[in-house]
Amino acid sequence: MLGWFPRNISTVGGDVDALFAWITIVAVVWFVLVEGALLWFVLRYRRRPGVRAAHVRGETRAELAWLLVPALVILGLDFAIDAASARVWRRVKIDMPAGEVQLAVTAKQFAWTFGYPGADGVLGTADDINLDAELHVPAGRDVRLVLRSADVLHSFFLPNARIKQDAVPGRAIDVWFNVTEPGTYEVACAELCGFGHTTMKATLFVHTPEEFAAWMASHAGGQPG
Amino acid sequence: MSDVAAAAVHEPALGFWRGYVFSVDHKTIGKQYLAMAMVMALLGGATAYVMRWQLAWPDTAVPLAGWLPEQMAYQGIIDPAFYNQLVTMHGTIMIFFVAMPLLLGAFGNFLVPLMVGAPDMAFPRLNMLSFWTFFVASVVLLTSFVVPAGAASGGWTMYPPLSARASYTGVEWGINLWLIAVALEFASFLMGGINLVVTTINLRAPGLSFFRLPLMVWMELIAAILFLLSVGPLIAGVLMLFLDRVAGASFFVPQEGDPLLWQHLFWFFGHPEVYVLLLPGVGAVLEILPVFSRKPVFGYRPIVWSTIVAGVLSFVVWAHHMFISGIDPRLASPFSVTTILISVPFAIILFAMIATLWRGAISFATPMLWAIGFIATFLIGGLTGIYVGAAALDIYFHDTYFVVAHFHYALFPSVIFGGFAGLYFWYPKMFGRMLSERLGQLHFWLTFVTFNAVFLPMFALGFGGHMRRIADPTAYTFLQPLMPLHRAATWATIALLLSQLPFLVNFLVSLRRGPIAGANPWRAATLEWSAASPPPHGNFAVLPTVYRGPYEYSAPGAPDDVCPQDAPPSTREVRAS
Amino acid sequence: MSAIGVVAPRGTASGIPSGKLAIWWFLASETMTFGGLLGVFVLFRYAAGGWHEPAAHLHVWLAATNTLVLLTSSYTMVRAHAAETAEDRRATQRWLFVTMGLGLAFLAIKAVEYASEWRAGFTPRSSLFWGFYYGLTGLHAAHVLGGVIALVALGIALARGRAWGAVRQRVEYVGLYWHFVDIVWIFLFPLVYLS
Ligand code: HEA
Ligand code: HEA
Ligand code: CUA
Ligand SMILES: [Cu+2]
Repeated sequence: MLGWFPRNISTVGGDVDALFAWITIVAVVWFVLVEGALLWFVLRYRRRPGVRAAHVRGETRAELAWLLVPALVILGLDFAIDAASARVWRRVKIDMPAGEVQLAVTAKQFAWTFGYPGADGVLGTADDINLDAELHVPAGRDVRLVLRSADVLHSFFLPNARIKQDAVPGRAIDVWFNVTEPGTYEVACAELCGFGHTTMKATLFVHTPEEFAAWMASHAGGQPG
Repeated sequence: MSDVAAAAVHEPALGFWRGYVFSVDHKTIGKQYLAMAMVMALLGGATAYVMRWQLAWPDTAVPLAGWLPEQMAYQGIIDPAFYNQLVTMHGTIMIFFVAMPLLLGAFGNFLVPLMVGAPDMAFPRLNMLSFWTFFVASVVLLTSFVVPAGAASGGWTMYPPLSARASYTGVEWGINLWLIAVALEFASFLMGGINLVVTTINLRAPGLSFFRLPLMVWMELIAAILFLLSVGPLIAGVLMLFLDRVAGASFFVPQEGDPLLWQHLFWFFGHPEVYVLLLPGVGAVLEILPVFSRKPVFGYRPIVWSTIVAGVLSFVVWAHHMFISGIDPRLASPFSVTTILISVPFAIILFAMIATLWRGAISFATPMLWAIGFIATFLIGGLTGIYVGAAALDIYFHDTYFVVAHFHYALFPSVIFGGFAGLYFWYPKMFGRMLSERLGQLHFWLTFVTFNAVFLPMFALGFGGHMRRIADPTAYTFLQPLMPLHRAATWATIALLLSQLPFLVNFLVSLRRGPIAGANPWRAATLEWSAASPPPHGNFAVLPTVYRGPYEYSAPGAPDDVCPQDAPPSTREVRAS
Repeated sequence: MSAIGVVAPRGTASGIPSGKLAIWWFLASETMTFGGLLGVFVLFRYAAGGWHEPAAHLHVWLAATNTLVLLTSSYTMVRAHAAETAEDRRATQRWLFVTMGLGLAFLAIKAVEYASEWRAGFTPRSSLFWGFYYGLTGLHAAHVLGGVIALVALGIALARGRAWGAVRQRVEYVGLYWHFVDIVWIFLFPLVYLS
């Protein structure tokens, strides 16, 4: 099933994919057990002439165990899944590194604008460079984004990096990622934002650090963040 | 409808209007809801067909859609804005105008009074009012298709600010009408829900204690209570959104307002609501399993308690729809815990269903096939809920087709499989005639196969990262390899829709031609089967007295393999107790 | 009722009359509506640092008068219920009439208040506070109006000489609703007006 996923290029993507694999193992085991029992009973206990059904209410202790013991096992598995998920979640969404590159992302109907610090190396000043639909980052560096929206909800989605975060007007939301493989990838909008939602996309350019420095220089004469 | 003709035999004196249109009889009202649900299901299916075509062959003319006005589709080619309207109306129609009227309106109304041994609902006139409120809501919703700029297009979740200002969508009246329709629908099911709750609590026949209630009644009761207690904040939310739109208020629009507030209000209702849609289907399955395996339900009490626990938990999981919406990220993991915890009560319920089959004497009449099909498919919907319940994995799956596949695997089994299970099972009681077994089995197998063929590919679309609610997947390169899956799902959708033809034929023809059913064709034990088929106004010739639980099948020593709830105890039974 | 009209089921397996049970469930749901709205209001007010400035434009005295009117109407409602328990049909009718009058007075004062605010240029568009002001008090006023309509219906039933037994219980049910609407106002008044 992981074969269907777009190629992972981020440092956290592997964690997300591993979580998927682990939940899949649990789910497939229970799927097979439950469908198996269902199929077996349905075939085994078909009505036969002269055979009367057993009168079992499932209310004695021994019978209840058939419900409650598996339920306990499931409870344990639930907590295991919770723990695994919480660990990955913390890494992606809570414990954010300071970031070696700082960028600003603004979503609006129906385009992405990416803001890079200009010559002064500080975001939010007059010499910022704003580029439409092009997100340039260096490979192997922690990238910090501040996500804003100018109008409605949008969602910043990097399929290859397993990163997604809604952009909410009136809020500035932090996002970080670290992508390791140079190349070009797609950025999508994953939240319904109007008739142009389908085409609200951008391109992620992952450069080698040297290329990125050169790119920044050519655009601003400045140094990377 | 020719149930009109069938019922007329019983009600010669009432005349057309009071007998069939402004009727106060819970059975007629139940059938009115059923008719509405079926008509709306066809519409929901039609919207699905147009969407599916557009997704598989973007920007080609949709066959049979050439007549659509230009504002929606130019010579049958779907406009992206119209696609958004289709998604929105498909979700809204299926949830609020198919599932609710079918599961609470039709089944709740028709069955609960019969199953508790009452002559009617506690408030027959309120019942009529609730149906007609629902009818008006439906008309308002459908009107929105033809107003200028078209129907609502904010998704069935109607997130602001997109929905809060007409300029963001270009849809002016469509969303206003949507809000009015939904408010009316809520009012209708508030009335209906209160009626169901009071009927269950107060009109139970002598001897029918709570723990002798058929599980269907429990499920309707708990569903109604969940609805009553969760809908209030969203009613407030609908009012606020309406003020935002028509009075220029800014509850959900920055700088002052907060778009996320709507999401909290919507999902505080929305998650209990999905269990409102699940439980009646579960109830129908739990009635059918014992009848066709001639065994008591395994673990009656654990089922009831599990349902109550799941119901309570459903009020504290809502933020699992908002993991990446911008809420404080420290809230996510606690909500993951409560969300995933719900697997325990639902596992108990599913296991109890399967254990009911164990050592049974199973026969495979059509209702039983739907019930087994429910278990087999709902399991997939439930298990995939765990994937999205894990917040970290939901980062990737949120707003993708994985979610679409998850909820169709949860909703289709409970609404459509559960709905058909119940309909095939109680049709004889409703209309006094049997459906054709042959057509029924054909309908089941076709639907079972094509349903899976439609929605299994959508999991793979989700793995591929395919966003939901986009009109044209070819806009993205990374989605190109997934197009064959889209096409497969669309072919399967066409087959799924055609598979409903045997049902429609069966339903309509059997109204007149089906073999006469008799009071108890399935040899079942609950009270509705001791009334005539269809029951006359007032239901029971003599109001029944209940002597035992609802599932006394194959009791040791009993002469017959069924002991109806209202059969007076034999002398031997009295001595034994 | 004709034999084939409404088959009104009368039993009460729980011992509580059906009408009363229905009212209680209805009020439980209403509590969620008002609770949700008021809760959200409190959160926003807190986040905005109190909204003292816009709240200063409210007519606290009109609202205080209305509080008094509504509290009095609850008292007269209690008297109506007491009269009903004492099987005093005329007194019941009288107290219900007074209650209805007070309800109308509340609405009239409210209308004066709205008109004055609106003329002063404060509309739901003005700011979030005003959105809440109109939303909250408007929803509440709609409930008062609903109560007045119920009282009128009850009054008509009594005046027409409908069987006393059939009407009696309804006095209690309308009373429960009326007290609920009153309680909502008790929360609303300090939260909205006394910032
Ligand atoms: C009938 C409807 C129904 C039902 C029953 C469910 C049941 C569940 N749902 Fe689903 N859900 C929807 C309808 C439903 N859902 C809809 C409509 C949406 C999308 C709305 C929208 O955005 O448009 C949605 C979306 C949705 C989301 C948000 C996804 C997103 O937008 O990113 C989440 C996240 O947690 C979720 C979780 C769950 C869970 C945990 C369950 C649980 O109740 C499932 C519990 C059952 C089981 C788990 C199976 C039985 C258990 C076993 C066999 C034991 C083995 C299991 C383990 C060891 C774990 N659902
Ligand atoms: C009960 C709910 C329900 C049901 C049954 C269905 C049924 C179907 N749905 Fe969906 N769907 C939703 C609820 C439902 N849906 C919701 C809530 C959304 C989200 C909307 C949003 O994003 O805002 C959605 C979204 C959605 C999408 C995503 C669109 C997008 O994101 O861009 C797609 C795409 O393929 C889709 C397809 C289908 C298809 C092919 C069917 C087919 O199964 C349809 C087949 C037809 C029928 C099942 C009707 C047949 C029945 C009868 C004729 C008889 C009636 C009988 C009785 C009443 C007993 N649906
Ligand atoms: Cu922006 Cu979708
Ligand atoms: Cu949910």
